Amino acid sequence: MAGSRGLSQDARAGLALVSAPFLYAVLLLALPIGAIILFSFWTQDFLEIDTTFTLNNYREALSEQIYLTLLGRSVVIALIVTVVTVVLAFPIAYYVSFYVQPSRKSIWLFLITIPFWTSYLVRVFLWKVILGFNGVLNTGLLNLGIIDEPLTFILYNANAVVITLAHAFAPFAILPIFVALEKIDRSLLEASRDLGENRMTTFFRVTLPLAMPGVVGAVLIVFIPTIGDYVTPRLVGGPEGAMISTMIQTQFLRLNNAPLGATLAILAMLSVTAISLAFVWLNRRWLR
Amino acid sequence: MNTLRIYAIGYLIFLYAPIVLLPIFAFNDGQIIAFPLQGFSTRWFAELMTITALHDAVLNSLFIAVLSAVFATILGLCAARAGTRHKWPFKKGMLGFIMVPLVLPEIIVAVSLLIVFVQILDIGLSNWSIIAAHTLICTPFCIAILNGAFANLDPSMEEAAMDLGESRWGAFVKVTLPLVSPGIVSSLLISFTISLDEFIIAFFLSGANPTMPVYIWGMLRFPGQLPAVMALGTILVTVSVILLVTAEYFRRRGLARAGLKDTGGFL
Repeated sequence: MAGSRGLSQDARAGLALVSAPFLYAVLLLALPIGAIILFSFWTQDFLEIDTTFTLNNYREALSEQIYLTLLGRSVVIALIVTVVTVVLAFPIAYYVSFYVQPSRKSIWLFLITIPFWTSYLVRVFLWKVILGFNGVLNTGLLNLGIIDEPLTFILYNANAVVITLAHAFAPFAILPIFVALEKIDRSLLEASRDLGENRMTTFFRVTLPLAMPGVVGAVLIVFIPTIGDYVTPRLVGGPEGAMISTMIQTQFLRLNNAPLGATLAILAMLSVTAISLAFVWLNRRWLR
Repeated sequence: MNTLRIYAIGYLIFLYAPIVLLPIFAFNDGQIIAFPLQGFSTRWFAELMTITALHDAVLNSLFIAVLSAVFATILGLCAARAGTRHKWPFKKGMLGFIMVPLVLPEIIVAVSLLIVFVQILDIGLSNWSIIAAHTLICTPFCIAILNGAFANLDPSMEEAAMDLGESRWGAFVKVTLPLVSPGIVSSLLISFTISLDEFIIAFFLSGANPTMPVYIWGMLRFPGQLPAVMALGTILVTVSVILLVTAEYFRRRGLARAGLKDTGGFL
């Protein structure tokens, strides 16, 4: 496969192969997203869609308190979930990468990923069972005499949503950080120690900066899907933990107002994209 | 090191807490999902056998999951083979775009396809709309797994087969495919598991026939049905653990065949 003619043949073969999955993604991802963008500029007129271009949906979404509250809360909860998940995940990834024997690493990763693959709905529901007023945690703590009355701040509010989502997204945060840590040349750490840094400073001046690509990956892969999570806020969030996805679902399936639902979905997506881009940009500047 | 180890074990307990509770409540005789336990019983499993609507939902989900897994694996094979063997203009961008569903909130996929199927194409919703969407979200996972199987696969083996008189396709089918077949099995199993468990897209896109997760969602609203959900959850966890162990076994065998060192999990 040498020479310019071979290369173009290679390129053609590659394009032919990739065209099927690529076209599929265009048809079922790019075009539908184009469709919701279009819908967000239209309006629902009883059973008909009024296709005159208007910004009314955006005006409504950005002026009604309920939409702003839900959108703002979704962003805040997603941010907290991201921080909690990534901070909790880092030591695990670090432990598996630096302290577990190479032959046992994959069994650890396997153990970490198994809970993620088991029924999501049932897992979220079980957090309700754990965190509830008569839940496992409260009964346990009461029996142990640690608390006198059941804790109520852990269910049907944003805390419950954070705990549950930090659980649900754990492997998503651990794996990218683990991969980044694995790539670190161990001799760099020795060099740092030889040059007089201690354990702490070596970690902060060598390990952490080198692991940053993994941390950035973990942050994005947790933050972006979290904002659209529907099951967790519905099951454990209560009224104080409701997020934008509930409203999107209501607009689409109950109020039959697809254009407003589409607008809310786009606003959620825009906020996520803006925050993610800002984060990546800040990170680049800070690392350079 | 020791504190880190204790932390790691604590973290695993946090990860496994919900799953450990599942069988405890599934075999508990009480109607209420709480401690103290009421004694051992298998009646909730027996009750599962009597809910015929649930059986239909399970069959529906199996149909959707099998087809989505097959379609996603075929698309994944194309992309992984192209990505590991060929170079073309805009390669990174095109492959990156195919991976987008991995990070996109699922509700966005759900509502955008809902608009397309119902409002624009006006073809209504059926199992096929869910299959189309599940294929889309499973493909990136298949690509990630199959990339591992294709990477470092020595191209000279296929060339040797062609020198010995096989056609390009023949060489691919007789030489490459067997070498990556463990990766294919693993990719099929993972996408099957994802599709079987996926809720939000199925919730928006199911027509008259709910999938299993959509049916479970309905059950969660009725306190009387919760113990049955626990029993069903126990069965599901057992099945997915078996599937995952099998997938992991094939993934490792694939890596061993390609002569690679094992570096980690599925993702």
